[in-house]
Amino acid sequence: MSTTSAKSATSSTDVTRAEICVVACAEAWRGDGEMLAAAMGTCSVLGARLARLTFEPELLTTDGGPLLTAEAVPLGAPAGPVEGWLPFRDHLWLVQNGRRHVMMGASQIDRYGNTNISAIGAWSRPKSQLLGVRGAPGNTICNPTSYWIPKHSTRVFVPKVDMISGVGYDRAAELEAELGVGASRFHDLRRVVTDLGVFDFATPDGSMRLVSVHPGVDVEQVVAATGFELVIDGEVPQTRQPTDEELRLIREVLDPRSLRDREVRSLRDREVPSLRDREVPSLRDREVRA
Amino acid sequence: MGVVMTTEEIVGSLESGMTIGIGGWGSRRKPMALVRAICRSPLTGLTVVAYGGADVGLLCAAGKVSRVIAPFVTLDSIALEPHFRAARQNGTIEFTEYDEGMFMFGLLAAAHRLPFLPTRAGLGSDVMRVNADLRTIRSPYEDAEELVAVPALTLDAALVHMDRADTRGNGQYLGSDPYMDDMFAKAAARCYLSCDRMVAPGELDGPPQTLLISRMHVTGVVETPNGGHFTDSGHSTDGGPGRDEAFQRHYATSAADPQAWTAFTDRFLSGDEDAYQEAVRRWHEEETTR
Repeated sequence: MSTTSAKSATSSTDVTRAEICVVACAEAWRGDGEMLAAAMGTCSVLGARLARLTFEPELLTTDGGPLLTAEAVPLGAPAGPVEGWLPFRDHLWLVQNGRRHVMMGASQIDRYGNTNISAIGAWSRPKSQLLGVRGAPGNTICNPTSYWIPKHSTRVFVPKVDMISGVGYDRAAELEAELGVGASRFHDLRRVVTDLGVFDFATPDGSMRLVSVHPGVDVEQVVAATGFELVIDGEVPQTRQPTDEELRLIREVLDPRSLRDREVRSLRDREVPSLRDREVPSLRDREVRA
Repeated sequence: MGVVMTTEEIVGSLESGMTIGIGGWGSRRKPMALVRAICRSPLTGLTVVAYGGADVGLLCAAGKVSRVIAPFVTLDSIALEPHFRAARQNGTIEFTEYDEGMFMFGLLAAAHRLPFLPTRAGLGSDVMRVNADLRTIRSPYEDAEELVAVPALTLDAALVHMDRADTRGNGQYLGSDPYMDDMFAKAAARCYLSCDRMVAPGELDGPPQTLLISRMHVTGVVETPNGGHFTDSGHSTDGGPGRDEAFQRHYATSAADPQAWTAFTDRFLSGDEDAYQEAVRRWHEEETTR
């Protein structure tokens, strides 16, 4: 495939929100080097592969299944040439080993980055049973973790999660106090990307900070969609635009069928999410990993 | 060494109240023919140990389960398992919810006759809150690190489905992921194997690393063609049965509505395995001519 033939993708005016999100997800893996980029959800998977194709070429990525692909492959494409094998058992060992940065989904997240994918309501008899904790406890305590949340709302961004599946900064600090210094030394929540903005935990007490808002989103909108107090210092910058090369890779190579637009819909549709969309982290078949 | 048995003989050798491990992962290579046979049996009060999918759902729907031990229950391409959700939300089952890695360590401990194995996974999460009998253990070495002691998941019986097996009970998988099936076999006092195709000893062709299960761990083996239906064999790219997505959707839709579920059980689950396979074949015929 020629890198120059296609007429250029684009001007920044026709960049979609989904494409902004893909690049914001990709940025989560910047600087990681040679480790597994484990991703869940369309924009997150695209982000991992885009990072590998551009600024983070040493990353390892999968076919969405147990194969480590020799090159980053398009969404849903066959693995093609393979450079490694990572069946579930080895994936779970890799969590313990730590050379893995996972970007998970969350049905609920609180200000310290505790997340819930297990159940809504009282755990003993939930109002809504979701997936179960899956690999979230081990992921968050053993290797770097980020989150991709396609629909930012007060239903997801809550004061307190009902069941802590993924461990947040307040719990990590409690562990240090209870079990001794170093007990949470591998706990490392990096960033949260949503359809509205980018967040991190670079605050003295590890509470969530608004890093940037996506183009077309204002800070008030983010605040209104968040059920707890966000740390906002000074002027909040805009999330960066994709480069022309990134847009070309997203549109022509990684996701020519525009599956990203099904995950991040236009703003017009945001007001009426379905019940399932509200409660379940975005999960595609075969992208459901530990 | 395994002996060739029928599904009815295998299920007849199980007892109410047993702890039964089920191989596969989510909606992948589940021993569904054996699960369907349990649903037809008088067994009750089972503790089911699984990376759960429709196996757990069907057994819950049939009233066979008193406790589920799992890190998740999912149909993969459909995120949530309707029968498991209903059982949890109606309070009809107990649930032991572990992280995926903890769960594997529990199997590994049982497979190696250890009382527990230590891991960081679980620390700081509500897995420790909802499983009040989980204990931590301090490293006896200089680091003195405190870790979760995951108790052995010792099984009375394990059920796993292989692509092929020989009449002695050696099992072979042809997909790209062995899941934890060999660990289930070793963690169990008795392991029963179902397989798509049974061959004579010495006739399991293919690379030796595909020979996942050894006869030394197997009590009984049965040929159940397409017995993993509707779950994914994991090698549909080379002609193996893929997940029957259309039928899985029919299952999930029916499961969400009591009347539809009655119709589903009448049509598909009221006879033996041959009747099931025939009913599914007819259903597909109707769907394609509609």
